[in-house]
Amino acid sequence: MQAGQNSLEKEVCETTIEIKNTDGLHMRPAMQFVDVANQFDCDVTVSNSENTVDGKSIMQMTMLAATRGTKLKIRAEGTEAEKAINALQELVEKKHFDEPAPEK
Amino acid sequence: MEIKKGIAVSPGISIAKSLIIDSEDYRIPRRKVMPSQRLTEIQRVRNAFRDAIGELTQLEAQQEQMEGGRIKDIFAVHLRFLHDRSLRKKITDLIHAESVTAEYGVSTVLREIAAHFSNVKDQYISERAADIYDIERRLLRQLLGRKREDVEHLSEEVAVIARELSPMQTAGFNKKFVKGLATDAGGRTSHAAIVARSLGIPAVVALEDLTEIVTGGDTVIVDGNRGIVIVNPNDETIQQYEKYSHEFVELEHKLDAIREKPAETRDGVKITVLGNIEFPGEAEIVLQKGGEGIGLYRTEFLFLNRTTEPTEQQHYEAYAETVRVFKHRPVIIRTVDLGADKYTQSKRFAPEPNPFLGLRSIRFCLQNLMMFKTQLRAILRASLLGEVEIMFPLITNHQEMLQAKMILRDVMEDLDEESIPYNRDIKVGIMIETPSAALTASTLARDADFFSIGTNDLIQYTLAVDRGNELVSILYSAADPAVLRLIRTVVQDAHKAQIDAAICGEMASEPEYIILLLGMGIRTISLTPPMIPEIKQIIRSVTIEDCNNVARKTLSMNSERQISSYLRNAARKILPEAF
Repeated sequence: MQAGQNSLEKEVCETTIEIKNTDGLHMRPAMQFVDVANQFDCDVTVSNSENTVDGKSIMQMTMLAATRGTKLKIRAEGTEAEKAINALQELVEKKHFDEPAPEK
Repeated sequence: MEIKKGIAVSPGISIAKSLIIDSEDYRIPRRKVMPSQRLTEIQRVRNAFRDAIGELTQLEAQQEQMEGGRIKDIFAVHLRFLHDRSLRKKITDLIHAESVTAEYGVSTVLREIAAHFSNVKDQYISERAADIYDIERRLLRQLLGRKREDVEHLSEEVAVIARELSPMQTAGFNKKFVKGLATDAGGRTSHAAIVARSLGIPAVVALEDLTEIVTGGDTVIVDGNRGIVIVNPNDETIQQYEKYSHEFVELEHKLDAIREKPAETRDGVKITVLGNIEFPGEAEIVLQKGGEGIGLYRTEFLFLNRTTEPTEQQHYEAYAETVRVFKHRPVIIRTVDLGADKYTQSKRFAPEPNPFLGLRSIRFCLQNLMMFKTQLRAILRASLLGEVEIMFPLITNHQEMLQAKMILRDVMEDLDEESIPYNRDIKVGIMIETPSAALTASTLARDADFFSIGTNDLIQYTLAVDRGNELVSILYSAADPAVLRLIRTVVQDAHKAQIDAAICGEMASEPEYIILLLGMGIRTISLTPPMIPEIKQIIRSVTIEDCNNVARKTLSMNSERQISSYLRNAARKILPEAF
């Protein structure tokens, strides 16, 4: 959550995703999320309607308790911000955390 | 000053600073530390995380070889939590802000997180609270594990205060510094009580919420005579107790004077009085108190105070140390009695639903032959140093005893092949601890050199009462006619087969039962060392004729109530000075 404002070269990237897998953002998906987030050289924050948390902390991510249908705003800040956002978006919305595809 | 009343289980008075030991299943009471100690506590948290990560990484690696899937995922998730800096920071921030112990910090923060999950409406997510509790336990185990070491490396005298104590925890006690014991739970025959008596330190149990009242470092008086614990006593109370303690020590010394005198009744019947021990070092205490040998050497502690199985040499050294103290007097080594409340459960992935009826004691040995044979080899090797005897615990049928003896013969053959000497004529006996063994004593006597009646388990199995459960422990009584009839059967069958039947349970340490036991024909007793002088004194003041009369009357009675009140009165009449 250490967002710096004095960034000259810092890349900032933002997107909104929707949790689509049936069981929501429980332990294992949260683990996958932070594992992906941690691969990139940037800060990642995730917000729901109430809180903003560190996207690299499994404790904070799981405490969001994002159930199916929850919309989350992901914001990345740092040299690899864009890559991070793309990878996270793919994990959440395309791969559905490697869980069975949700029925529409 | 606060006075708590409990059950006195081991006599004596101690005045010392308290040391609190937690067991991992209970809430950690808030424990403040001095601001100057905060950094130490924070370092303890860091170390606990580091060690928990190490432990879990190892577990995860082992899992990899088995199967992927769920369990591995769980470990992986737990590892992410342990690596999570923001979690660690939450804990260290709390310690910093409120000056609390590492245990309290870990417990509070993780329980907060767990509570957060439990409150989530989605069931799938709310169930994840269990994972958080798991992580909490793992960290506490690291923290408290180290605290157990603290008990081993004490440098000042303390009274140990705990919710309850496991054999694992008491195994590490340094007798020089642990001066008193007080627990929230427990009864007369709970593990803490037995250990306290054998160490000769005062103990009070069943104090309910003592751990919540005491803060580590408080001065506490443990009055093991009256069953009282006083927290932060005032000066006047301390003075009174110092005087009282002094008088008590004098009385004990008076009893010690009969050490050199034989344990013989007034009409000249010789009784063999032996000691029960758990550690080699206690052999010396038995000798000091006037014991004539070891009637029960519990060997579980070789397993409980180390993380790996003891080697043959470690077994051997412990036995050799004990046997050397007694040379030509008997040392009866009981093979490991693990299981039920001890050791084996913690190694199981899923605990047995009913451990006291499960894989314990000789059953455990017969299924873990490598371990069993290692111990038997060590005992046989030590048999050359003195008069060593072997005793198998918890035999429930003839077949089981034959099986155990067969394994002993296998080990003997192995030693023969390796030309390692041992005493070929070593005596092999069994413990009678189950109703089935008592009822078939005549059969068992054919293949046993001696019997030793373990009354604690015999009572528990006969009356179907868990001796550690305060809700039913009132039903646990050696004076129950069912128990006494079984003991009579065993003694009679042993006499017919011309073998000795000894008593090694707690019953032998209770003055009111000694007269009865002698009257029933018992001539060998083995008891907790500090009780030896008192019991010897009683033996020396009675005649066998008195005892026979008491036994005859008692065995004609049909209720526990009647028997126990009769025994008390009889003892008072025969030995007015002892009661």
